[in-house]
Parts: sequence; structure tokens; C-alpha cells
Amino acid sequence: MLRVLDAGLVLIEDLGRAGHASSGVPVSGAADQGALVAANRRLGNPDGAPALEVMLGQLHLRAEQEVLVTLAGAPAPLRADGMVHPPGAVVMLPAGAELMLRTPPWGLRSYLAVRGGIDVPRVLGSASHDVLSGLGPPPVQAGDVLAVGAPTGPVPTADADHPGPHTPFLLDVLPGPRRDWFTSEAVETFLSEPYTVTDTGDRVGVRLDGPVLERARSGELASEGVVRGSVQVPPDGKPLIFGPDHPVTGGYPVIGVLTEAAADASAQVRPGQQVRFRHRGW
Amino acid sequence: MRILPSGERALLIEVDGPTAVHALARALAQVAGVIDVVPAARTVLLTCAPEALDGVRSLAADLTPEEVSAADTGEEVVIDVHYDGEDLDGVARMTGLSTTEVIARHTGATYTADFLGFAPGFAYLSGLDPALHVPRLDTPRTSVPAGAVAIAGDRAAVYPRSSPGGWRLLGHTDAVLFDPEADPPALLQAGTRVRFREVG
Repeated sequence: MLRVLDAGLVLIEDLGRAGHASSGVPVSGAADQGALVAANRRLGNPDGAPALEVMLGQLHLRAEQEVLVTLAGAPAPLRADGMVHPPGAVVMLPAGAELMLRTPPWGLRSYLAVRGGIDVPRVLGSASHDVLSGLGPPPVQAGDVLAVGAPTGPVPTADADHPGPHTPFLLDVLPGPRRDWFTSEAVETFLSEPYTVTDTGDRVGVRLDGPVLERARSGELASEGVVRGSVQVPPDGKPLIFGPDHPVTGGYPVIGVLTEAAADASAQVRPGQQVRFRHRGW
Repeated sequence: MRILPSGERALLIEVDGPTAVHALARALAQVAGVIDVVPAARTVLLTCAPEALDGVRSLAADLTPEEVSAADTGEEVVIDVHYDGEDLDGVARMTGLSTTEVIARHTGATYTADFLGFAPGFAYLSGLDPALHVPRLDTPRTSVPAGAVAIAGDRAAVYPRSSPGGWRLLGHTDAVLFDPEADPPALLQAGTRVRFREVG
């Protein structure tokens, strides 16, 4: 068991609940899936074992039993029993040991995985908290006691391969289903000019500020299905990127769709930072 | 039919209207490698395992017009309604009908769930009697109770759970519209036929 002593925005996330979109259920899951998988592989967990998605390193907990933990994603300094561990280390917490994270030098979301995974009831096959629909376990709060699951396999003797730090500023983007709704100048602007992340990292979507993208046609688009990483452009011409808890349909045209890796990277861009979209296959 | 790109794992297929959407969604939901199907007003989004994307794209491209316009065979669901909604009298005033006549027109139609959205299990129903087409509330309620039976514009709906909402409330149902333990979790799927029946 892990006893939570203090927590900012901390959610339990796995790889989400794909397969229920036709019932109006968002996929949800870790905002940076590559980071969750990397942390789990280091501990010998299944790729999708539930872990803690910690915003800006705001977490303090105590191990009530001996556990093995590791951190991936935003490299928040990890202090366990008074000792600071290097990023990516697999750390043994003896029973009674306290773990405290600090603000990471870059990125937004860190994934604290525990060997055996966080053991919580699944909703529609997933332990992910979905901020849009409210499905899944509630946000983690001070005073919570989190059960740890039984380990399922051996711990790897060497670090499993995992991606290094993302370059959050360059996001690979594929042509979207409605790029023909935009002028060629708008497409060129979208693929060359920087955009600034405007608000707090939101799992539903991240708004960007930058040059306005003009439409080549008027009229409204009938709502249609969207995926994580879709870059939708509302009438004000400022794009937004859909995150893991996006609604299953969107009502504005999608100019481009991020690659899976770029969607992961976009989950680490802080408000005020800039991104550029790099075209792939336009 | 047009097949549009939607990232490394999805395709957006555009067709003529709801009937073709529902036929296409049913035809493709069972294909190996298809993970999620999102029917909407004129499109079906297919999310696939990455390695299955090319195969699903060719299969969709080969569908004949007959296959995507097959007669709709959605099942019918009857929803029992207590017509005690806060806006029932207001809707009667706006439409110039008696409350009895509002209820008769609401129960007299057969609706089709065109697509789901807004919240898990929330189906947008078409088929509302034109006499009942009323605008949304100017100021949405901060909390509409679960099971609220509502109308707005040319649509009807049932709120699966308590949420903010701007539709006008005619009554409520005890039916469970969304149950994570059920398969599928939403009572109404795109293509489902719906009728409302007055009770107590």
C-alpha cells in the first residue's frame, strides 16, 4: 500500500478504455503513453499497468510495504528517504519510507509506476480517470491509501529501452480529414509558424495562440469523430490539440492529426511554451 | 463515399446521411483490427490497430453502395416516462398546445438515435414532431438530473446522468441509459429506434 501524504493534480492512468466510443465513452488513459509504457517496462509490469500521472511533481507519499518504483516522463527529482535518485532509476522503497517529487526541469506530467501496478477497480476495462466523463477512480488526494497489485513477471536485469527526453517543441503532424477547409496560406502558416500553449495542461484539449488560420469555405461542419492528437480549428482560427479525454466527436474542422509520439510529446508542453508543427505526408 | 485520413490509427469515412452511417458502422464494427467506431451525422470514424489500418482502408473502399445504404434494422427500445418535467408547462405555452397534447405528440413519434456524444450514453434522437421544435433555454441549468427526458431544436434526448444542460425538460425516466457493467454500456446505440411511453 502507498499512503498519500500530499498531492497536487495526480490521477491514476493506464492505457485507457478504447472500444466504447460508440457508447459515447472517451478513450482516456495516460496523456504521455510512451512515458507510462517506459516506466512499466522498467519494473517488469505489463505496458498498461495503472500508474500515477503527476502534474509538475506535486506528490508526497509513504510506502506502507516494501515496493519498487520508477519515474518516467517529465523528470521530476525523486527523493526517497532523504536521497535524490537520478532520472529513470528503479528505486526500492522499504516499508515506512517516504517519497517526494519536486518540480521537473522540463515537461508537465511524470509517471510514477510501482511494481505490480496500482490496484483499483476497473471501469469498462480501465483504471484511468477521465476528467471529461468522470469515469474511473477519482483524483488522488492526501489521505488516500492506494493498493499495489501482485507482480506478474521478473524485473528486467537491465534498463528496458525507452525514449529519451521528448523534444516537445517540434510536433510531427499528418494531414487531417478537413485540411481542404483551409486556404493554402493557412496550411502553410500552420506548418511553419510557432504556436504558444495558452492555458494549463488540460487532458481534454490544449488551446494554442498564434497566427489565425483562415478557412477556404464558410458553413458549419456536422460533428464528427475525432482522435487524440487531432488539431481542431474553431471559428476564431486558433488551433487546439485534443488530449486523451477529448469528447468522442468534435464540431470544428480538423486541419491535421499528430503522430502518436507527437501526441505524447504534446502532453509535456507547458503553458507559455511554443510548439511548431512539422509536416509529414502533406 | 469518401475516405479521409485521421492520423496513424484512424480513418474518417464520409457518406450521405444517417442510414448509410448506421449501415457502414455495423458493417465495419466486426472487422478484425477495428477497435473503435464513432458514427456521427454524416461520417464514421474507425480507429484500428496500426498494422490493420491499410487492410481496413481497402475493405472500406471496396464496399458497394448497396452495402452502405442497407435498410436500417436498428432494434427498438421503449422508454417509460413520467411527464413531470419543469419545462412541460413552458413548452405547452410556447407551442400553443395543451400539456396533454405535448405528451401525445412526444409519445406519438418513433425516434432514431442518430449518434452519441456530449456524455457517455447521451444519444441525439431525430424524429421529433415539428410542433415540438423549441429552442434551448437561454441560460442552461447547472444541473439536470439523471434520467431527464428533454427536447431542444429538432431533437429529443434522455440525460444518462446528472450534468449541466440547456434542453427543455418534459419528464423523467427510471430507465438506465448508461451502465459501465452492461455490454454495450449505452442503452441506445446509433441506429436504435426509440419510443416514449407515458406512465403513472
